[in-house]
Amino acid sequence: MTTELLSANHAAAMAATLAGRANRRARGFGGGVYPITPQSECIELLCRQDFEKGEIVRVESEHSAMAVCMGFAFGGARSFTASSSNGLAYMTENVYAAAFYRLPIVMMAVNRTLGPPWNIWVDHGDTLLLRDAGWIQLYCEDNQEVMDTILLSYRLAEDARVLLPALVCQDAFVLSHTMVQTEVPEQELVDRFLPPLDLPHRLTDRAVTVGGLDFPHETEVHRKQHEEAMRRVPAVYAECQRAFEQVFGRRPPDPVVPYRMDDAEVALISMGTTASTVRRAVDRARDQGLRAGGLRVQMFRPFPERELRRNLAGCVRVGVIDRDISLGMGGVLWSEARSSAPRDALVQNYVVGLGGGDIRPEHVGAILSDLCERDEAGAPEIMEAE
Amino acid sequence: MREPLLAGTARSERRRTDPLLRPGSTNCGGCGMSIAFNLFDRAVGDRTIQIVIPACCAIVTPGQYPRSAYGVPVVASTFASSAAVATGLAQVARLNGEATRVVCWAGDGGTYDIGLATLSAAAERDEDVLYVCYDNEIYGNTGGQRSSATPLGAVTTTTPRGKTVRKKDIVAIVAAHRVPYAATISLAHPEDALRKMTHALDARGFRFLHVLSPCPTGWKSEPAEGIELIRLAVRSGLFPVYEVFDGERTVIGVEPELSRAALERYFELQNRFREDSVDVARLSELIGADWARLRRQAREGPS
Repeated sequence: MTTELLSANHAAAMAATLAGRANRRARGFGGGVYPITPQSECIELLCRQDFEKGEIVRVESEHSAMAVCMGFAFGGARSFTASSSNGLAYMTENVYAAAFYRLPIVMMAVNRTLGPPWNIWVDHGDTLLLRDAGWIQLYCEDNQEVMDTILLSYRLAEDARVLLPALVCQDAFVLSHTMVQTEVPEQELVDRFLPPLDLPHRLTDRAVTVGGLDFPHETEVHRKQHEEAMRRVPAVYAECQRAFEQVFGRRPPDPVVPYRMDDAEVALISMGTTASTVRRAVDRARDQGLRAGGLRVQMFRPFPERELRRNLAGCVRVGVIDRDISLGMGGVLWSEARSSAPRDALVQNYVVGLGGGDIRPEHVGAILSDLCERDEAGAPEIMEAE
Repeated sequence: MREPLLAGTARSERRRTDPLLRPGSTNCGGCGMSIAFNLFDRAVGDRTIQIVIPACCAIVTPGQYPRSAYGVPVVASTFASSAAVATGLAQVARLNGEATRVVCWAGDGGTYDIGLATLSAAAERDEDVLYVCYDNEIYGNTGGQRSSATPLGAVTTTTPRGKTVRKKDIVAIVAAHRVPYAATISLAHPEDALRKMTHALDARGFRFLHVLSPCPTGWKSEPAEGIELIRLAVRSGLFPVYEVFDGERTVIGVEPELSRAALERYFELQNRFREDSVDVARLSELIGADWARLRRQAREGPS
């Protein structure tokens, strides 16, 4: 295991390369790629790699990038692409199609603000736009996790009990362009961790029409099967974590990552790199005698409701920090997580850091103060981070 | 051995045991796409093919899941994506040393309109894909709206007074990508059609076939008269039968009579053209100019 100074974009490209090469023993690897800030460095590095049995296709749009991935997957190959923001919005139709076809494609998304006006900084609204697309969604907190989660995602997505595409998300610039020492596994270890892909419904010479016409009952059955596969994800994910640890000696994070939650009465829920800042704020609050804790939602789809509920059991006040907003509703994480809090707990939503506004420990400190002083929950608070 | 053609529909020893288009498809009677499939069946023979079909008439053709009226593996892509999905399939076939020929089978909507960028990109990359456009000059699947392949004067559900502009020259657009092969297919000239289909199947790189495909439902014409309509379109010069190699060498397959009578008859047989919606004299001039350009191109190469 070697350590390299890598940005999360480069870590993602290295992970995809390793996973792609691991499938040389089967039907190979490929994908369509299209640049968008702040994802470009990922696909640039990917385009510099040599593959014994693989091809990266430089396409004309994100929509086609995912379509090319679907073609590779239908042919039985392992597939990867990466995008961000408006690119994901443009790709959306085929993002849904890839899931409906149950193709185990892995995509890295750099979370970036949707425009116009154009803003290249972090915001989770782009991938949350895809929350109902039938993909597994995992949100990373650091560069090593981007590397590890992509590798793990291939094993998870390709598992015969799952067969779902996986979206691995990371925060623009905070991770995508920040270089840290990252462990890059040997190919031999990745080969051991990732079995060759054997897609049961790959296109052969058998005369079937994949994706013709569904009538209502067929759609009911297909959606139910899709949902059942989603519900099998947590158990298979846990198996993948164990297998990953056995091969690489590191354990990828749980779907919900608790911080000082054992005796916590006040909890802050967040996603992505915000969770690191929450930890600092929790430490400060603990120093002042507040029994505070943090929860990071790493797996957003399938939503880890049970784990959240278990972690929140002793909490009387819960703050949900969203770096996104569903206009006319509030934070997306809040709207999904609030039902996991105890019935009599006060649950308040804080929307902060939209458009990449810096979320500092003092912002989270202010959120904690507000949360503790409230008599009752109100409408989502939209905070300006400046 | 040279097999008898018998207008392209006779069975022969080369014909596939499982036809490309099985009985029981949902296509309307007289659908040009069915005729094109039956010709293509004979060209394909025992080659292994996979077909990508976008969300057009041809993806309704096979019927309700899990049945399929196609005798070959087919993937339905989203409307704009057939050439991109085919790219992935063709790359995997190449990486695995397989002889599978990957074919896109798309209507004019998926080719001229929503799929044009995808088609252009796949052509520019010279992907090893055969792209067949069955052009019924209308959004047939959605009930007959105008597309950019709808001809001048045609009444559609969204051009109730007739279309006021001419259709795109799709073969010129594709040939401008300098692809190895781009050709038009006349369903009224099966021998020429089969030769081109066979060439396109066996060539490498991006190949494009444009089939003018009668749509009795949208053209408001008699189902039995489809072939006759194509014959008139060719005789009048309205539909040129030619092929372009590498974007350079143009070969004219069928010389038109440039017959004004044939042109008038073509319009008379279809109720999508109203008496006053086409200025036949003006259109004849435009067709004449098109042919002068095409003949110059065949003589001297692209201008």
